[in-house]
Amino acid sequence: MPRRTDISKILIIGSGPIVIGQACEFDYSGTQACKALREEGYEIVLVNSNPATIMTDPELADHTYIEPLTKEFLEAIIKKERPDALLPTVGGQTALNLAVELADAGVLDQYKVEMIGAKTPAVKMAEDRLLFKHAMKEIGLDTPASEVVGDMREAQRVIQNIGFPAVIRPSFTLGGAGGGIVYNNEEYEEIVQRGLDLSPVHQVLIEESVLGWKEFEMEVMRDVQDNVVIICSIENFDPMGIHTGDSVTVAPAQTLTDREYQRMRDASAAVIRKIGVETGGSNIQFAVNPVDGRLVVIEMNPRVSRSSALASKATGFPIAKIAAKLAVGYTLNEIPNDITKKTPASFEPMLDYVVVKIPKWAFEKFPESDPTLGTQMKSVGEVMAIGRTFKEAFLKGLRSLETNRALTSEAVDKGTIRQKLLTPNAERITYLLQALIEGYTIQELIDLTRIDPWFLNEMKEIADMMRDISSYSLENIPVELLREAKRSGFSDTRLSRLLKTKPQEVAEARYRANIIPVYKQVDTCAAEFESYTPYLYSTYEDEDEAEPSDRKKVMILGSGPNRIGQGIEFDYCCCHASFALKEEGFETIMVNCNPETVSTDYDTSDRLYFEPLTLEDVIHIVRREKPFGVIVQFGGQTPLNLALELQRSGVPIIGTSPESIDLAEDRKRFGGLLDNLKIPQPQNGTAVTLDEARIVARQIGYPVLVRPSYVLGGRAMVIVYDEAGLDNYMQAAVQVSRDRPVLIDKFLEDAYEVDVDALCDGERVVIGGIMEHIEEAGIHSGDSSCVLPTYQLSEELRNTIRKYTVQLGHELDVIGLMNVQYAIHNGQVYVLEVNPRASRTVPFVSKATGVPLAKIAARLMVGRKLKEFNLPSELKVRQYCVKSPVFPFAKFPGVDTILGPEMKSTGEVMGTDDSFGKAYVKAQISAGSVLPKSGVAFISVNHHDKRLISKIGADLVEMGFTIIATRGTAQVLRNAGVAVETVYKVNEGRPHIADYVKSGKVHLIINTPLGKESFFDEKSIRRAAIHYRIPCITTIAGASAAVAGIRALQNESLGVRSLQEYLGTSKSSSGNG
Amino acid sequence: MNKRATLLLEDGRVFHGKGHGFESEAVGEVVFNTSMTGYQEILTDPSYAGQIVTMTYPLIGNTGINREDVESRKPFLEAFIVRRMAPIPSNWRTTDTLDDYLIENRIPVISDIDTRALVRHIRLKGSMRGIVSRIDHDVDSLRKKVEGSPLMEGWDLASRVTVDRAYKSGSEALNFIEFSTLADTSQYAAHVVAYDFGIKTNILRDLVHCGARVTVVPSSTSSEEVLSLNPDGIFLSNGPGDPEAVDYAIRNIRNLLGKKPIFGICLGHQLMGLAFGGKTFKLKFGHHGGNQPVLDIQKNKVEITAQNHGFAVDPDSLNLNDIDITHINLNDKTVEGMAHRSMQAFSVQYHPEASPGPHDSYYLFERFFKMMKENA
Repeated sequence: MPRRTDISKILIIGSGPIVIGQACEFDYSGTQACKALREEGYEIVLVNSNPATIMTDPELADHTYIEPLTKEFLEAIIKKERPDALLPTVGGQTALNLAVELADAGVLDQYKVEMIGAKTPAVKMAEDRLLFKHAMKEIGLDTPASEVVGDMREAQRVIQNIGFPAVIRPSFTLGGAGGGIVYNNEEYEEIVQRGLDLSPVHQVLIEESVLGWKEFEMEVMRDVQDNVVIICSIENFDPMGIHTGDSVTVAPAQTLTDREYQRMRDASAAVIRKIGVETGGSNIQFAVNPVDGRLVVIEMNPRVSRSSALASKATGFPIAKIAAKLAVGYTLNEIPNDITKKTPASFEPMLDYVVVKIPKWAFEKFPESDPTLGTQMKSVGEVMAIGRTFKEAFLKGLRSLETNRALTSEAVDKGTIRQKLLTPNAERITYLLQALIEGYTIQELIDLTRIDPWFLNEMKEIADMMRDISSYSLENIPVELLREAKRSGFSDTRLSRLLKTKPQEVAEARYRANIIPVYKQVDTCAAEFESYTPYLYSTYEDEDEAEPSDRKKVMILGSGPNRIGQGIEFDYCCCHASFALKEEGFETIMVNCNPETVSTDYDTSDRLYFEPLTLEDVIHIVRREKPFGVIVQFGGQTPLNLALELQRSGVPIIGTSPESIDLAEDRKRFGGLLDNLKIPQPQNGTAVTLDEARIVARQIGYPVLVRPSYVLGGRAMVIVYDEAGLDNYMQAAVQVSRDRPVLIDKFLEDAYEVDVDALCDGERVVIGGIMEHIEEAGIHSGDSSCVLPTYQLSEELRNTIRKYTVQLGHELDVIGLMNVQYAIHNGQVYVLEVNPRASRTVPFVSKATGVPLAKIAARLMVGRKLKEFNLPSELKVRQYCVKSPVFPFAKFPGVDTILGPEMKSTGEVMGTDDSFGKAYVKAQISAGSVLPKSGVAFISVNHHDKRLISKIGADLVEMGFTIIATRGTAQVLRNAGVAVETVYKVNEGRPHIADYVKSGKVHLIINTPLGKESFFDEKSIRRAAIHYRIPCITTIAGASAAVAGIRALQNESLGVRSLQEYLGTSKSSSGNG
Repeated sequence: MNKRATLLLEDGRVFHGKGHGFESEAVGEVVFNTSMTGYQEILTDPSYAGQIVTMTYPLIGNTGINREDVESRKPFLEAFIVRRMAPIPSNWRTTDTLDDYLIENRIPVISDIDTRALVRHIRLKGSMRGIVSRIDHDVDSLRKKVEGSPLMEGWDLASRVTVDRAYKSGSEALNFIEFSTLADTSQYAAHVVAYDFGIKTNILRDLVHCGARVTVVPSSTSSEEVLSLNPDGIFLSNGPGDPEAVDYAIRNIRNLLGKKPIFGICLGHQLMGLAFGGKTFKLKFGHHGGNQPVLDIQKNKVEITAQNHGFAVDPDSLNLNDIDITHINLNDKTVEGMAHRSMQAFSVQYHPEASPGPHDSYYLFERFFKMMKENA
């Protein structure tokens, strides 16, 4: 059936900011969908609030709206654009929920928009636990015994039948948010209540526990002709009970006989048909009882999911792209398989390798959070690795995680191991290996973990080999053992630890023995057909299929797994580098190990190496490909950390030299450079020992900002106010060495920060944007909202910033991108740091200015000059653009939401409009914090902030708000003539402020941290705010911005405008730009 | 135990690996199978007689061996090639390890070779003879043994794997492990006579599931003998070797055409093609796997099929006034199914009984039963 001609304009909804459970996999899927549908000649309207996405690049859609993903904004866009159809299945749960909301509200009917892919009844049947269960029963499929409840009373009745342990699953929440496994009534009541609150429909499912059963997933596709294919089966290493997003997963399934696999395949086809997903992909989860093989279906996602991104990368079958084509009427057999070209997409990929996905967590960022794993997803990113055996893929995956901690590097006592194995946690793998080394039997480990013996045995082989190798030295290890170790996936680094030598020595011994990897293709068909797409992975086999070309090529090192501080922004930059250099006539080679990304799509670059980003793995590829240049400045800290060593190994790094990178990172040398340029910086020093640190801090004077060198996202960065704080810090587990000392800076109180992104070509500097932070200095720049253009900065200060930026660009000899962070303190501009690389704000600035900074930077690196691009010395912004962070606090119960120098946000959104206030409000709405137009504002600020609060209070009263405040703050406000009602703090009596919040009597909270003594009181207020979704502002500057936002909300309505309209490139205004 | 093993192909390419299974050697045509599951069914599929099977999926043996997933009385392939033999199996039905099973059944195995390189070699050069040896590693000696082995073309292997005498099938459907949406509307207590050219047990299970009493007869059973059993329909099974070499069967089928409804699978399909007056030819490296897309031309629907064949029916050789081509392979457009326009006879090149493989094509059994019912 050819494509539909009765529709011509299609609306695609993206997934919004990166949050736990919904990461850049939906940029990947959305981008594929946009490309696939535009290729077919459809006009695409795209809505996504996340600027750091490839899909929101103005070239990818005809009308790109970086607007809040709410029903109201979508309705406005639909009204304006009048699309014929809405594709809701490529933007995660966010898009699906929004589509259902629009349908239920009658908006789609009103504007005659057809939902394609999956229609509302199908979505509801898949998502509503009860409907789903009934549907499964009708087709004869087993589900765990369960009941849906809407209140506590019902919940108490239901648990009598189901018994403990029981699983709680709130309806319609992301990544299982709010769910959990409970073993007793106390936990039960707590989690049920939380689930009821979090569920948008206030329902939770109470379910029979299939804890410890084997867990499988099937990726299914269906077309309008009812052709159904399975793209991939996935087996979870971790059994049922751990969210699949937090499980190590393996493709294809390893421990199913064909009979069992086909049973699951038949069940999958029956499910997708019954649910009624007309076209596209779905993900279906199953559990299998390891004792008798009983099969139950757990759930179904009637859309492209995180697992489909993984399945796409694992098989080479582009699920989202095909899903988009199926949605407009094609059948699977009408679409060619891109990789083999000659065979159709109506087939089931066959793997001749093993794929392992390992999640990456960020518990170190949230020390108070509960690090155990359960049914609610907590990981922030993942890596995928490909090998010819499970062991090889598994060990490649482990090193892709970049967890600098050596496995089994420390002795662990028996009790700890047992405990850590019994309770699933982020370090489970480490403890499993440790247990095996210490002689635990597989049966003991099964009893403790319920992990399948097949996997445990593979791990045992790794542990045995580790023990075997450690009985040798590099001099006497048999060559066959060394070869076997490499074939099993051991890295040189791991081998060097076991052989007590340096990784480099192991590498040299290997090269001498000719033990080097070959590259094999991911081809969807196990080599049955010729493949035309160089999508490669390394392994230790005989035949190499890389077939490097003799073209001039550039290799781009990606940013590895998503983590807080290094996310999609860097992947965006890497993709742009690849796009630009292709246009420049280079062959582009991407190296990355993150399956969620656009960069690991096989058609983003000319060649894709799905490999860990370690020195060893990168050097192997360089040796094979012999690129003209390697780019390290786009992938965040991951490739940057490799820069110097790569250069020492003779790898040609292009762009800013590793020496310059090092100069900017080396505090001492950089300080000297600033002194020469007479650019002020906060007083600072470095220290390796506690004594040194004390001396430096005393010289500088407290408070000081301390942090390790070479980190991203402010990892382990804190402000200390006294020597006791400093002592604590230095004694904590921060890795310090002569090469990597602790950095100590004077902390500038009451300063505000400015971020600058600039392009340099060695001759000229072009300023991309000067962004003013809304939160004051001391809050990590990634956690601060910022606005472009600046809204309070004087022209004089801006000029100083421009001057310094140009000087620094020249002095560091930057070729490509540079980011400078400034602090303004008492009218003086200080340089906080310079990063001669792509920064987190590059996509934001590119979207705001319409100038693709990363693309230009890539071109500069291969010798182009800025003058060729016809750019002004500073890029223009025609409207206000606000970038706001999004935090994962809802996923970490008990964690305080207070901001500081350590970055905690997972993603970001952008709000754009013609006034600062409106842009800020939009950004806040996109970030999930809807500022109230009226109501009650609660204010409680610390002593320091009291002098600034009166103005805010007065403004709020003027706008019609009622103000309540704790005693001290109320006094200040009253003295300034602001009408205010005093409320009790939690320990002062009742009703206290938490009672007010919980009873819905507060609509806005302004609460700056008061210090240690009242810590718990405040924390409970802030937690309650998250819980009840009340905007909670923790800085004075943020409060001022909120006031501006509320004023804008009251006085003006918020319109929608596409990026193309803002940039003057829309078809209606000035032709296609 | 000697853990060394050598694979030599007739064009001289050599692979050195580890030995498993029985400590012996075997010659055969080296083919590859892309199924990721179902090695036990593949091992016991008589259609692999005369062949050495390479599994493209690198981890084999993960679920061991169980009592149920057998497709015939024993393994018929000559030798087995895998990237890695699982040291311990894990599955709730496992009764034995793969290695022990292969030792018991005297099948030599070579593992730990670059199987993908081997597969690419076969894809480029075509299936060829080879030898897997755990006892001889001398290249010249191995080459002589390969050169002395029979060629697949012209080889009647069906007579080697068929049963000695007719028997009534007592196979029961393995419903306990099926999730079945299969309709039972076609249930009909037919008597089916099934020619065993190397029949897979799951075919018998499916026939029984549809309600049949099945009499399995040896490949050389004459048409008269078959008709004397008074069947409602005749089934032509899968099997190994070159269809043109099974000339006696072609003659018998020709005699049976038009007298009773006939359904053929795989070799049975090829024999039916020859009986229709067509020709068969050898494919470069055959179809062996569980993901082959087949288009049902009439319904314009795609089924994902299990396949295992080295020969195919030449569409140009068929009289298209009498014969409809009902199914084609979407990968290489080869004939996958045909039906006689006036006589009750149809056949498919692929395996609707799956085992291993997808169950998309079960409807063909229903079609056969419908045909028999109509003819009754």
